[in-house]
Amino acid sequence: MNIINIEHIAKIYKVGLEEVHALRDVSLKIDKNEYVAIMGPSGSGKSTLMNMLGCLDTPTSGKYEFKGVSVSEMSDNELAKIRNKEIGFVFQTFNLLARSDAVHNVELPLIYAGVPTAERRERAIQALIDVGLKDRLRHKPNELSGGQRQRVAIARALVTNPSIILADEPTGNLDSKTGEEIMGLFHEIHEKGNTIILVTHEEYIAEHAARIVRLKDGLIESDERVDKRYIPKIKSTLAQ
Amino acid sequence: MRTILFEFKEGLMIALRAIASNKIRAMLTMLGIFIGVTVVVTMSTAIKGIDNSFQQGISSLGSDVLYIDKWAWFSNVEWWKMRNRKNITMEEFERFKNLAKLPAAVAPVTNTVQTVKYQERRVENVFINGSNADYVKTTNFTFSEGRFYSEIESNASRQVAVIGSEIAKKLFPNMSPLDRTIKIGGENFRVVGVLAEQGSFILGPWNPDNQVYVPIGTIFKNFASNRFRSITINVRAASPALVEETKAEAEGVMRKVRGLAYDQENDFSINQQEGLQENYNSVVGVIQIAGLFITGLSLFVGAIGIMNIMFVSVKERTKEIGLRKAIGAKRRTILAQFLLESSVICLVGGLAGLVAAVLLSMLINQFIPTSIQIGSVILGIGISLLTGIISGLAPAYTAAKMDPVEALRYE
Ligand SMILES: Nc1ncnc2c1ncn2[C@@H]1O[C@H](COP(=O)(O)OP(=O)(O)O)[C@@H](O)[C@H]1O
Ligand SMILES: [Mg+2]
Repeated sequence: MNIINIEHIAKIYKVGLEEVHALRDVSLKIDKNEYVAIMGPSGSGKSTLMNMLGCLDTPTSGKYEFKGVSVSEMSDNELAKIRNKEIGFVFQTFNLLARSDAVHNVELPLIYAGVPTAERRERAIQALIDVGLKDRLRHKPNELSGGQRQRVAIARALVTNPSIILADEPTGNLDSKTGEEIMGLFHEIHEKGNTIILVTHEEYIAEHAARIVRLKDGLIESDERVDKRYIPKIKSTLAQ
Repeated sequence: MRTILFEFKEGLMIALRAIASNKIRAMLTMLGIFIGVTVVVTMSTAIKGIDNSFQQGISSLGSDVLYIDKWAWFSNVEWWKMRNRKNITMEEFERFKNLAKLPAAVAPVTNTVQTVKYQERRVENVFINGSNADYVKTTNFTFSEGRFYSEIESNASRQVAVIGSEIAKKLFPNMSPLDRTIKIGGENFRVVGVLAEQGSFILGPWNPDNQVYVPIGTIFKNFASNRFRSITINVRAASPALVEETKAEAEGVMRKVRGLAYDQENDFSINQQEGLQENYNSVVGVIQIAGLFITGLSLFVGAIGIMNIMFVSVKERTKEIGLRKAIGAKRRTILAQFLLESSVICLVGGLAGLVAAVLLSMLINQFIPTSIQIGSVILGIGISLLTGIISGLAPAYTAAKMDPVEALRYE
């Protein structure tokens, strides 16, 4: 069964009198345990599509079913619930709470899920251990490197065991070596059975994925499966 | 119910974190409400204290006592007309006493201001009240020692005195004043009684505690100039219900005694504590309205300040709000977070204000006996919570209805 099924989605932004067609007519199905890279030039609608998939935004027209349930008919509260339980976001700019330590940042979605204090602390710490930050639990974002910050954000996305991880240019603010390490982490997460959709505009990053969707001017240009799997050279850094 | 409690607790934790992460700003925000609550509670405590003292003081005058006097306490009769009135004399008092049937007690009163001494101790500017033995029946005096002077003593103008509790404290700090001889304006008087504490500070020298009571004849004898002054006739009604009748009778009797023709106006005034009460009420009314206005204004300014800072805080945290929404915070959760934040800030500011008010009240208590009322405490807490909610509402609503995508894009 597919997790995501969108048909003929369009998104139009009104800027003054002008209309911006961020997405024109996009249809896409994504199955469980897929690893999809979305590529395309700047302004092609990648982020708009991701926001749509992540139930942060609603399409101007078209159909969106998440696990077989129509999203367009959902109330604000139901959308918040889906975002909380089913979706894990990873942003280019990390979006961590600056004054809170790693554990509290990772705990955040569990607070909104109503998980009791002791359990959520335990789960947050486990998630941080899973992304390799065992000895950075009490560090605040400004005491962490860029790569470590993104790991905290990834732990935050994983901690609720979501159906899907959405990452919008997760390596965009990192140097290429750290970027590779983060991609290695995503690879590992995928291996554990997670579904990942990842936006990037760098070919070598996209090579990690099993499927590449290319956008241009709000339309899907190509949608291809990659046969040869990229084997991370940096596996050693992940083994712990 | 459990989820509401959970959300409340978590919302509170988030609010506390937000406050802790910007302590200086939170403290500046608190300042407005702090000042407001301090002013409100201190004001109401002070007014309450003044009021208590006044009521206590006025009740020592007795609500059922009439004061027939050449002068009106409160009136629109021109003062020069009153000045031209004939003096009320002892003879008139005697005739009045014989003719008036309703009063429970009638007493003539004259006053002089003298220095009172016992050995080296002295009290200046003491009101010396001269009257007769019936005077005590026009009051509610109680005695800590001794008695009021007797009819025999007053008829014979004996040099005896009853002293107020404050006078006793000042002249006899560590001995009984009974049977001691004090000097009033240089003349010897034997103390026969000491009043228990009666009045209140608010009456000042008119407070019985600060007075000395002697037979009226001794005043005429020792302080001769008083002989040519007008006396006051104190008239006590048999019961508070009979005050009006007694007053009507007193007016008729007094007109007769003064030999007034039917078309002449009264050449005396009948005063009552009521007039004092009315005058007081209007003064206190003005103080209260002014106080209400000042405190209302300071709270309003405080609330605007809090709202302003909360708006800034929402704006600053736009990205955070977007993130919280993206990971599952509902509108009402965000709303609660900011409402709780402003409420906590106001509540803490309010509690600090209460503490300050308690300290100020203790200071005021040095001058006016008073204490903070539980009502003022509830008022203070209520006001701070209400201000917090009201001033937090608009900013919290702005935060709650933010579009998550827009908020996340905010730089
Ligand atoms: N909130 C918005 N208001 C107006 N135009 C927008 C908004 N968000 C995106 N756009 C426009 O939609 C197009 C696609 O944007 P986006 O999805 O962010 O592109 P990408 O992520 O691929 O660079 C761009 O032309 C952008 O200017
Ligand atoms: Mg983008």
